[in-house]
Amino acid sequence: MYILEREYLAALATLLLGRGYELIGPKLAGGVITYAPLAGIEEMARKIRDAQGPGHYRSSPGEEDVWFSYVPGAASLKPWFNPPKCLVCRMRGSADEFLNETPPVTAPKRAFIGVRACEVAALRMQDKIFLEGPYADPEYRARREGALILAVNCSHPAETCFCASMQTGPKATTGFDLALTEISAKGKPAFLIEKGSDAGGELLGELPVRMATAKDKEAAILVSERAAQQITREINPERAARGLAAGLEHPHWATLESRCMNCANCTLVCPTCFCSTMEDSTSLSGDTAERWRLWDSCFVSEFTYIHGGSIRKSGASRYRQWLGHKFSHWHKQFGASGCVGCGRCIAWCPAGIDITRELAVFEASAPATARETVR
Amino acid sequence: MKSGHKPKLAVWKFASCDGCQLSLLDCEEELLAVAGHIELAYFPEATRAEIRGPYDISLVEGSITTPHDQHRIQKIRRQSRLLIAIGACATSGGIQALRSFARVEDYVRVVYAHPEYISTLERSTAIAKHVQVDFELRGCPIDKYQLLEVLNAYLNGRKPNIPTYCVCVECKRRGTPCVMVSRGEACLGPVTQAGCGALCPAYARGCFGCFGPMENPHTEALSERLKALGVSEGDMIRLFRSFNAGAEAFRKESKAHVRIEK
Repeated sequence: MYILEREYLAALATLLLGRGYELIGPKLAGGVITYAPLAGIEEMARKIRDAQGPGHYRSSPGEEDVWFSYVPGAASLKPWFNPPKCLVCRMRGSADEFLNETPPVTAPKRAFIGVRACEVAALRMQDKIFLEGPYADPEYRARREGALILAVNCSHPAETCFCASMQTGPKATTGFDLALTEISAKGKPAFLIEKGSDAGGELLGELPVRMATAKDKEAAILVSERAAQQITREINPERAARGLAAGLEHPHWATLESRCMNCANCTLVCPTCFCSTMEDSTSLSGDTAERWRLWDSCFVSEFTYIHGGSIRKSGASRYRQWLGHKFSHWHKQFGASGCVGCGRCIAWCPAGIDITRELAVFEASAPATARETVR
Repeated sequence: MKSGHKPKLAVWKFASCDGCQLSLLDCEEELLAVAGHIELAYFPEATRAEIRGPYDISLVEGSITTPHDQHRIQKIRRQSRLLIAIGACATSGGIQALRSFARVEDYVRVVYAHPEYISTLERSTAIAKHVQVDFELRGCPIDKYQLLEVLNAYLNGRKPNIPTYCVCVECKRRGTPCVMVSRGEACLGPVTQAGCGALCPAYARGCFGCFGPMENPHTEALSERLKALGVSEGDMIRLFRSFNAGAEAFRKESKAHVRIEK
């Protein structure tokens, strides 16, 4: 493990930009921290505090001398790997030819800085979905292959965070090239850096780092421990899965229906929700046809439209699908819970629905030991 | 569309501001392309030339507000193969549907020197209340790209890509943070049909509901939330009573707040 004095993080940014990477990091835009292209470290959100609660988000200047005193806002890394809209294919036909004019999938080399443990976990989950199944998605692959992940371990989790109980944070343990913890080393603000890959190690060789002392390492452990202690919300993934499996006809779905607006925000801000729809379009003359992939959601009626109508007609059935998939059948499908505990669905639900509280209702009425769990 | 026949298009106007049919003129470059595939047979805003019906497509703007309108829309339906209602007036009665919440006589007396000359209906209603409508294009005004999409889909015999989900989906796809969550703005986005590209939230304003109710509008849940954000009952009435005041979901929700306010 290494120590990089905080002021030299700019050197890391310059190094990456010099190597042709597009630098993506947290940036304050319109009062909300979002991942955006950075021309240098000075554009990165620093010393900002965020207040988050169900259906509530505000940012303000932080008082402490801590750069990463916040967690990101509504946008996760998802759009950078699974874009909201992308071209799948373009075909052109004439009287005697039929041509595939789909442009090859390419993506710029991108380095992501300030990525949190929950985001890294979500990215690993997306890898499973888009790369590790029988069919790899070319769009995702192109974006993922060139990507460098420079994680930051959280020191100031939001009130909506519950990564500790999902065992995805607040410290990143795997899936990064470098992981930084903001500490004070020899009286100076610094980052303790952990190497996660050869690419990360190679970058360290170009930076003014020194070996971390035992005291530095202790300081970093303390940052992560304190962060974990600040996290108040929790979900027990096993109990949640059991509660949902036993509660398919639970009356609480009706309560949720009465509060949910069917707006789909929870699924769109979720860093692991991956559902999409296909849209076919034509040129006016009809010579060219295109197929586009767009983000979709299980809260949209057309999402389950088959001839004759939509399968999930009630708000209760749509809510059950989202919660049931994420916390129950995801285990069977991908071997883990679909939730990484980032809390976005809580903060960015305009109705202020808090899934940690809702899941507790199902857990409470589930049998203590399930005869059949979803695993 | 591969046959030699160019479909004939007519544009009709009822009680409206003309904004929606101007969207067709706003297509500019694309309009020339459209004119290559469609014959603009009747479009007084664009040309005085008039080709007699029947028409393959009729775009109908505006709401039905007079006995004369009631008669005219029947005639238009009879000479139209496909009838597409365009804009908030044609699909929900428009801003003029506010008359439904008051007595028309009172309005007429205040506005006109000779109320006896005015022949108007009690209600301003959508085209679909009078004749069979084949497709409704929402918006105040409509979005020109949605209009082009509908014409394009017709020419190519495919389903138009006109979503019925809410504005929030467009906000999230374009990366606009929720104005309700991050600013406490009153926003109709969660209950309003997409189509504008989430224009207002991109400028940090709440959605005004120009495209009318979305597929599953849960207006009650939104009102609960707006109340928590400090929106008064009076302001909620005004929120739901604008360009789509006559749309059932918005009309009903606005009435619920009238009851509470009293």
